[in-house]
Amino acid sequence: MASHRQRRLLAFSGAVVLALTVAACGGTSEPTAEGKLDTPECAAYKDYTGIAGETVTIYSPIRDAEAGLLEDAWKAFADCTGVKIEYEGSGEFEAQLKVRVEGGDAPDLAFIPQPGLLEFFAKGGKLKAAGEKTKAMATQNFSPDWLKYGTVNGTLYGAPLGANVKSFVWYSPSLFKEKGWTVPGTWDEMIALSEKMVTAGIKPWCAGIGSQDATGWPATDWIEDVLLREQGPDVYDQWVTHAIPFNDPRIVSATDRVGSILKNEKYVNGGIGGVKSIATTTFQDGGLPVVQKKCGMHRQASFYANQWPKGTKVAEDGDAFAFYLPAIDPAKGKPVLGGGEFVGAFTDSPATQAVQTYLASADFANSRAKLNNWISANKGLDVANVSNPIDKVAVGILQDSGAVFRFDGSDLMPAAVGANSFWKGMTNWINGTDTKATLDFIEGTWPK
Amino acid sequence: MSTGTETVLAAPDAEVPPTVAGRVRKKLTSRTASAISLVIALLWTVPTLGVLISSIRPENEIKSNGWWNFFSNPQFTLENYEQVLFGSRSASGGLAGYFVNSLVITIPSVLFPLAFCALAAYALAWTRFRGRDWIYIGIFALQIVPLQMALIPLLSFFNYGVSLGGFQLLPAWDLDGPAKFITVWFAHTCFALPLGIFLLHNFMAELPGDLVEAARVDGATHAKIFRSIILPLIVPALASFAIFQFLWVWNDLLVALIFAGGPKNAPLTVRLAELAGNRGNEWQRLTAAAFVSIIVPLTVFLSLQRYFVRGLLAGSVKG
Amino acid sequence: MNFDFTAEAPKLMMLLYGVIAFAAVVGLLLLVLDVLPARKDRWIALGLLAPAGLLLLVGLVVPAIRTMILAFMNADSTEFVGLENFLWIFTDKNSGMLPDFGATPVQYGVLLSTLLWVLLVPTVSTAVGLVYAVMVDRSRFESFAKSLVFMPMAISFVGAGIIWKFVYEYRQEGADQIGLLNQLVVAMGGTPQQWLLDGPWNTLFLIVVLVWIQAGFAMVVLSAAIKAIPADIVEAARIDGVTAGQMFWRVTIPSIRPALVVVLVTISIGTLKVFDIVRTMTGGQFGTSVVANEMYTYSFRADERGKGAALAVLLFLFVIPIVIYQVRLMRRRRLEGAR
Repeated sequence: MASHRQRRLLAFSGAVVLALTVAACGGTSEPTAEGKLDTPECAAYKDYTGIAGETVTIYSPIRDAEAGLLEDAWKAFADCTGVKIEYEGSGEFEAQLKVRVEGGDAPDLAFIPQPGLLEFFAKGGKLKAAGEKTKAMATQNFSPDWLKYGTVNGTLYGAPLGANVKSFVWYSPSLFKEKGWTVPGTWDEMIALSEKMVTAGIKPWCAGIGSQDATGWPATDWIEDVLLREQGPDVYDQWVTHAIPFNDPRIVSATDRVGSILKNEKYVNGGIGGVKSIATTTFQDGGLPVVQKKCGMHRQASFYANQWPKGTKVAEDGDAFAFYLPAIDPAKGKPVLGGGEFVGAFTDSPATQAVQTYLASADFANSRAKLNNWISANKGLDVANVSNPIDKVAVGILQDSGAVFRFDGSDLMPAAVGANSFWKGMTNWINGTDTKATLDFIEGTWPK
Repeated sequence: MSTGTETVLAAPDAEVPPTVAGRVRKKLTSRTASAISLVIALLWTVPTLGVLISSIRPENEIKSNGWWNFFSNPQFTLENYEQVLFGSRSASGGLAGYFVNSLVITIPSVLFPLAFCALAAYALAWTRFRGRDWIYIGIFALQIVPLQMALIPLLSFFNYGVSLGGFQLLPAWDLDGPAKFITVWFAHTCFALPLGIFLLHNFMAELPGDLVEAARVDGATHAKIFRSIILPLIVPALASFAIFQFLWVWNDLLVALIFAGGPKNAPLTVRLAELAGNRGNEWQRLTAAAFVSIIVPLTVFLSLQRYFVRGLLAGSVKG
Repeated sequence: MNFDFTAEAPKLMMLLYGVIAFAAVVGLLLLVLDVLPARKDRWIALGLLAPAGLLLLVGLVVPAIRTMILAFMNADSTEFVGLENFLWIFTDKNSGMLPDFGATPVQYGVLLSTLLWVLLVPTVSTAVGLVYAVMVDRSRFESFAKSLVFMPMAISFVGAGIIWKFVYEYRQEGADQIGLLNQLVVAMGGTPQQWLLDGPWNTLFLIVVLVWIQAGFAMVVLSAAIKAIPADIVEAARIDGVTAGQMFWRVTIPSIRPALVVVLVTISIGTLKVFDIVRTMTGGQFGTSVVANEMYTYSFRADERGKGAALAVLLFLFVIPIVIYQVRLMRRRRLEGAR
């Protein structure tokens, strides 16, 4: 019986070997990619010569459908130049990138959403400084405000790629119309509107800060946005670089102002529950009561446009739209909080540098923007290529020379705070810890 | 708990107890036993059932009300499955490619630990040499080393090789393309060893020593003892270890992300994790994905079930 | 599904090579053993242990030593800091390791919740697995019944996260519930709860998830052990007319004791290391974090590698009692063997 089975196994594996050998011989290797830069349709890429047949690997936190759109966006570039771009997106990007880089398996390029992480690799000598062409392209297309975040000790390491604007408040235009409410232009108007909503029996605010292991980040965005409005960009910068302590009275004041909304049982959590329900609601679900008309307003970034249920009309006269989170003190200017990715290079081959340069170009920005759901702070981005109405508003804000742009502070701080204790602290704060204890805790975890 | 456990006697093919009272009790315990096992089975299955039902509901329904509403308001769609099975991204092809990768990763990652653990466990249980117990305890204790702490050193081992004081003892592996699978097998095998050796050693050490002694007196080599005496007896233990090793590898995301070397070699889990969407908002797809990925491990479990055979040791002298 | 066979062929070749390499290695080892005389136990053991030993050295021993060194170094591993990281664990309030009953909300501390996990998960999963294995043994639906409890193990973690979202999810009173547990509460006239928010209960709700997964492991291993009980022992007991309870406690349990120990020990160690459940369900917030989760956070996210490594070493220390138990078990087995 045993020997019978063995024989059968032998015969089976023999058949497999045969099949595989045949398959292996039958499969011809794919033709090596040749550039076709001299053809007319490739005129735009004529400067990117000599990289045909090279492979550039990219590692990024962007995945699924949006990753596919990125690949579509640079397809023409890749076809013309003959460079092969191998793209990989991961939900565990930050931790994995550290492991890979240290283990000697770094990608050629990485899309890094945290300037703090970029700095970590740059200071560790892992990142290569941007080449001359990349630098020229980046300087041409991005404002100093943005380039600063890709620069470490005066050297540019990464040009910005995509962007998002966080200073948005989502609302339901149809509900506003129904009730005769108008979009507030100042902070005080916004609070007055909140009171009106309370009188009308609708909780004015809803929020959710759940985000698996990053739970807490939406609350940190709130603090940053309000601090920027209360104290202006200079104090904000001092706070981010720890020139002033985390528990400075000015931070306490900003946190308390956020608390007057997020920890106010009268104001939250529309359509979801009480204050504490903010902590257990995912950020994806946090704003959904807006379209159910159970909640008046939801402060969240431009990318929240993708979270609405299928069939929601995102437009100024639709089911959901967003207004700019108004200024508190008009004298402090028009602050904009946002985020984005930076393209850092771990190798400096000509092909890597060429791709890095191309990704900083207006050509790429427009090519990607045409495919929907994406914006950039690239000055060459033509707003006509942006189809989504909220993205149009966001591009308008990013290109507004009167606006003061600041990057998401938690992405700038050391990871021990920005990706750990700040999140933890804010989650506990929502869950009942007072402002002082919260800020003291975060201050205590700032690396010495 | 003790009422439920009385089923050892109450099994269907057990002899009928001779007394009337016994017969009555048998019926009773049999009934409680069935009831309790039914409750456990239910408790363990209902959460999964909820997801199974959700997987055939439309996205907006899943996200706005509970799955039990399916019974009162059945809305049926295969869209979630369509997206999981056919929603392909340009670079990585369809699900089939990931499926092949999963198989290529899993099969050797089960076979190697199975063999190495069985051999090592045999050495630790049935050969005599000094320090044997301490080696065993050492291997046992290695179970606690978290996988995560081993990632960077192991990755460096592949990419930089081993050098001591400027002298290159082992070169870098320098693998590319499909050959990268070797590093995944290597990693999975390393991480499986402590538990595997522990499981199999315990099983082997319990086998009656007289069997082995008798064979040794007859002049059998260790290879012969291992093959013809030990191996047939540890089949159930091997089968259970194989099942679990298969599961761990099949469901592993971390090792694959680090060692597989890019999307072309990525297993199913990588694709499934990706399905949740860029910002995790498409999680309704995961309901379908969970059932697509469960098919293979469940098949393996059911097919290895028949190796859990009763009474292999029947007739032998115990301890 | 567009299946491009030529693209997959090299991978399948690789698989074939892998299987051939496997056969070659195992065949060679057994061949060498055949040639060596049976008396040279030391050399034979060396040959048998060599493959596993080398892999363990590279894959686990070196990383373990490296972790222990890192535990005494600073955040970016550039200088030695002595016991600072360990002092941080046990004395710095901000580490969150120790309970702080004065805080609002009360902090139970990472160490205490880890202890709760290690006490509850192994015992409860093993009990459930054992009861179930005994009960479905020899029943007509054994295979089917077992796959029901086995299923949670087979479901990928991605799937498990969704499954428990559909159990614990909270919606406010009056709204449609998505979570089964709250639906039941509402159906019985209660108000919906945020199960994962308030300690120490939230830790228990997370523990349920791991028990749900691990019971399948316990059941499979114990079922194999139950089937290995020599039939003559069961027969003899039956002829002696023992009751079902006596059979369980005097025959079944002693016969499968080694397997029980294996299951308990394995699940205990697994529980110490588990963190995906905590990470995906609460992110370690609301006082639900465990040592392994903090280890991961500090090592890979917070750039505090020294602290992360120190927490890993703490895990190593936790396992020492289990190791001592194993040593004693082995000594006892040795004595019995000598008798």
